[in-house]
Amino acid sequence: MTARRRIARLALASTLSLASLALTAAPASAHRFWLVPSATTLSGTGQTVSFDGAISNDLFNPDHVAMPLEILTIVKPDGSKGEMLNATKARHRSTFDVAIDQEGTWWIGVKREGYSGKFMLNGEEWRVGGRPRKGVKRVAGLDDIPAGATQVELVESLSTNGTFVTAGMPNDEAFAPSGKGLEIQPLTHPDELVSNEPGRFRFLIDGKPAAGVKVTAVPGSKQFRSSEMVTTVETDGEGIATIAWPTPGMYWIDAQAEDTNPAEPRAGKRRMGYTLTAEVVAP
Amino acid sequence: MPRLAIRTGAGVLAASTIAAAVPAHAETIRVTIPRIKVAEYHAPYVAAWLEPAAGGTARTVFVWYDVKKKGAEPGSKWLTDLRTWWRKGGRRLKLPADGVSGATRAPGTYDIPLPKGLPKGAYVLKVEAARETGGREIVSLPITVPGASGSTTGKTELGSVTIR
Repeated sequence: MTARRRIARLALASTLSLASLALTAAPASAHRFWLVPSATTLSGTGQTVSFDGAISNDLFNPDHVAMPLEILTIVKPDGSKGEMLNATKARHRSTFDVAIDQEGTWWIGVKREGYSGKFMLNGEEWRVGGRPRKGVKRVAGLDDIPAGATQVELVESLSTNGTFVTAGMPNDEAFAPSGKGLEIQPLTHPDELVSNEPGRFRFLIDGKPAAGVKVTAVPGSKQFRSSEMVTTVETDGEGIATIAWPTPGMYWIDAQAEDTNPAEPRAGKRRMGYTLTAEVVAP
Repeated sequence: MPRLAIRTGAGVLAASTIAAAVPAHAETIRVTIPRIKVAEYHAPYVAAWLEPAAGGTARTVFVWYDVKKKGAEPGSKWLTDLRTWWRKGGRRLKLPADGVSGATRAPGTYDIPLPKGLPKGAYVLKVEAARETGGREIVSLPITVPGASGSTTGKTELGSVTIR
């Protein structure tokens, strides 16, 4: 392969994974979307936390593409919106600062929802969502599906990916469920995880405890060890996942669920994801 | 003004040099900060607290940090480096706190009285030290009040910790 073709292929791979990220809760590829704060626990306000965001193979080593910044949301402990400062999108990672001016628990992350799939129109197959591709007939979203469409097959995707920062005493406003999709209700606060105590989180689907949700926890810095050290658990009958930490560190914790209750009647399936980055300290 | 937790009445230097000669009063914690020979030495942040053995709220006995440093990065910024203390009770305090917080201490031996009026019962005394560009260490000493006594010792950032 010539260098130019290799670069073109890499560029294509990057765009593809971004596109699939925008549409599905769980990118089928190994690429993982993550956001890492420079500190999760602060002694008070008046401090600034820096964040890195990327889509990469290795957690939290930026080796693939930077996180898009325009989709980011910052929620203050009182529920109001915070501001992104000094934002930069570099080749492998994005970075920005948040001035922590309120005590309590902040959420910084990305919430996405959308539909993908296909339909037939006048004997031709059309795609819904995804990235524009040559020779593929496509509409951007649900609202663009023409009235004459037949054989509509859609999947609804809802995903949340973010991290928590606590200044002073933690509070729970950041975990008030919206009642839609997959959400978390921590029994152990994400900013209170210690490696010798298992972390316990209740997962909710549409505001109700969700049993059988698959949860994986992966510590970062894999480049300094030989195995991924992944922990996989499933939520119990009360929707509770209990995770024993193999080591202290920054963790990427990812929950995935699927059901047949999409909001849109023409969609058959719903995929849901909830991801958080959390620090597990040494005791 | 933050008041020093040390109550021996002696100055820091005096306390560190003649500590052995001064009889500790009843129920006094004696903490030794070891001298560590490194190129860049910063006095450690140290906190001590009592956890009721049966569970319940931890009570901070003292916390030593850089109380003087102000500005964009005040000394209080690094209190979370005492990560166990911070989680167990530090974050509930408004610092500086009278009779609890004080400046960092140089290597030496310090006497700190147990809080007055502690309810009778079993406790665990925890002492945690964290040093800039250095390490962190936490030691535990189970005690019974009244008549608390016992001793333990750290390996790196803390020397002996004694109650009698």
